[in-house]
Amino acid sequence: MKEIMIGLGTCGISAGGLEVMKTVKEAVKERNLEVEVKETGCMGNCYAEVLLEYFDGKDRFLYSRVTSEKARKIVEEHVLKGNPLRDSLISVGDVADQIDFFKNQERIVLKNCGRIDPTSIDEYLACDGYAAIRKVLGEYTPAQVVDIVKESGLRGRGGAGFPTGLKWQLALQAPGNKKYVICNADEGDPGAFMDRSVLEGNPHAVIEGMIIAAYAIGADEGYIYVRAEYPKAIERLRTALHDCTRKGFLGEGIFDTDFTFNLKIKEGAGAFVCGEETALMASIEGKRGMPRIRPPFPAQKGLWGKPTNINNVETLANVPFILLNGARAFNRFGTEKSAGTKVFALAGKVKHSGLAEVPMGITIHDIVFKIGGGIKQDKKFKAVQMGGPSGGCIPARMADLKIDYDELKKTGAIMGSGGMIVLDEDTCMVDLAKYFLTFTQNESCGKCTFCRIGTKRMLEILERICDGQGKESDMDLLEDLANQIITTSLCGLGQSAPNPVLTTLKYFRNEYEDHIIHKKCTAHSCPSLVTYTIDPDKCTGCTLCARKCPTDAITGDKKKPHVLDPSLCIKCGNCYDACNFDAVIRT
Amino acid sequence: METGNENISLIEKEIKSFKVDLIKKRKDIGALIPLLQSAQESYGYIPKKVIYYISELAKIPAAEIYGVVTFYAQFRLKPLGKYVVKICEGTACHVNGGKDIIKALQNEVGVPVGETTEDGLFTLQSVACLGCCSLAPVIMINEDTHGNLTPKKTQQIIRGIRKQAR
Repeated sequence: MKEIMIGLGTCGISAGGLEVMKTVKEAVKERNLEVEVKETGCMGNCYAEVLLEYFDGKDRFLYSRVTSEKARKIVEEHVLKGNPLRDSLISVGDVADQIDFFKNQERIVLKNCGRIDPTSIDEYLACDGYAAIRKVLGEYTPAQVVDIVKESGLRGRGGAGFPTGLKWQLALQAPGNKKYVICNADEGDPGAFMDRSVLEGNPHAVIEGMIIAAYAIGADEGYIYVRAEYPKAIERLRTALHDCTRKGFLGEGIFDTDFTFNLKIKEGAGAFVCGEETALMASIEGKRGMPRIRPPFPAQKGLWGKPTNINNVETLANVPFILLNGARAFNRFGTEKSAGTKVFALAGKVKHSGLAEVPMGITIHDIVFKIGGGIKQDKKFKAVQMGGPSGGCIPARMADLKIDYDELKKTGAIMGSGGMIVLDEDTCMVDLAKYFLTFTQNESCGKCTFCRIGTKRMLEILERICDGQGKESDMDLLEDLANQIITTSLCGLGQSAPNPVLTTLKYFRNEYEDHIIHKKCTAHSCPSLVTYTIDPDKCTGCTLCARKCPTDAITGDKKKPHVLDPSLCIKCGNCYDACNFDAVIRT
Repeated sequence: METGNENISLIEKEIKSFKVDLIKKRKDIGALIPLLQSAQESYGYIPKKVIYYISELAKIPAAEIYGVVTFYAQFRLKPLGKYVVKICEGTACHVNGGKDIIKALQNEVGVPVGETTEDGLFTLQSVACLGCCSLAPVIMINEDTHGNLTPKKTQQIIRGIRKQAR
């Protein structure tokens, strides 16, 4: 059967995927073609959306950057007449052999993303879906499941990297008849979208992982706590849950055994701190999502006081693979202490942004250059920011660092959930630290004094540094405050909030000094520290800059060199962007 | 806030249908957030009377419900404009010129982020991350995402909507 698949993850939809879908369906209907038109999740190479894949019964043809117009042409020319459109075709056959972006990846979690229709349980079943849970229920005791997960070396993919098997064991050993499993899908890190893609592209893998976790710890009820900002993921989860219930995979006596498991979706209401497990549980209970002191750990006293196991989306999506193929199949990837693969959301100043699943132990350089294709406009690679607001910046000179939990921790950054933002010479590191602190300051729940007030004070200091009002003592003050916040905060948010500041101070201290002592922002990003002047030798008097200036700071006659009055300049940069003769100088 | 002791049956008459059963039948405090989400879907925001109504039904102090409403970014106590512009403040957008987009939007729409225009046409909101980082900088207007923005393109989008609305 011939097939056309269109990538309709949030990225595909944003790029115009729904229009493409509509056009293809119309064209196929008009011509009365025997082609099945299906939607799929994100393949990962978001930079090339909208993606359209045509399977002619023999080969797979992948088209990139498809518009409605192009889609119609593909149907008319390729589907109808058998003439592929060479100019927008990016691969024929297996993408892993042909596109650099995929060549260095190992896909466990993302294997089916962009390959199957996420709204169809049958397609998941056709790729060994729910085979792992059948095997588990038929062959293993809960303790054996825990042992296999322990042996696999799987660690929590949400950020902290706690061994998953050990977490399950604690929950299994906790006394009590009523236990819960929770999937943490409150992906709040700005710049991270791995969990969204997995939920949108392969929701059943997460559900299967949850059923296995429930069996392993003895839970009969579960929640998926997902951000309300991810409507598509929620919609697909709902469909998946409905299909599972219909098939007898959820509910009472599932898979014809006496094991019972019910699963519900809880929509988060927009609070970053709810990614912290005790805050998340408070939120499910209908309260303000504020963390509480641990111990007791959720495994002892969790949701509504019952033993609870919380895992992240990506962690759970790895579980069916491990149980089906064995611990060895998983830990043959990765490093000694960080087994398996990790999905990274690659974005920022990189040519090919998207989702990359790589074996642990790969270097930063390989991700940025081999997979990401290097820096946009071939500018200079400066650093990567990993771990979002809880993480840090790793400078380009350390790009040969092998990525695993422990190596990253040594640098002061963290693995985090997998956001990897690539930065180039135009990114001001002080501004970036300020950006992250603005975020955590906003999201601090206010419970711990140092997190609530300390981050505010740190932010004020960073603001004045960026404004050119910084003092030399500010760097020490920042470090002092940072260490106090780390030691006195209750939860991960506060304990890690200073990381972006500490790592930039460590690796880019010169930029802080430039701002404070020399009153310069070398990346030309902080407006107060940038000045614009016009080079009279280069200026042709075309008047373009004068017309673009919102404050009439630029004056001059036609065809005569113009002059910029610094007292009126608001440093918007319009003139710099507008000038066609490089006559506006930015220093 | 005004008195919390208004006659509940009086309020009930004015209350649009949202999932009150969640609390009425089950007396389940865990249902508070889904209930508020459902109320916001019906009204577009959380009116004061809804807080009192839920408080009476669930026997939760109104102050506690107010605490929950103001804790989460999703809930609002004021109605929204016809077009809600969500400005992504994710890291990828930030390093790709997101600040300029915010500036352009505030200039063009004429209100600061977090506010609604007087004619009720636009509300500007900032969100942590829309998750389509490959299209940065990004905004979302109601259900539609607009990516790879420049200040100019942003201005044109807003002007286009204004023209249509007229």
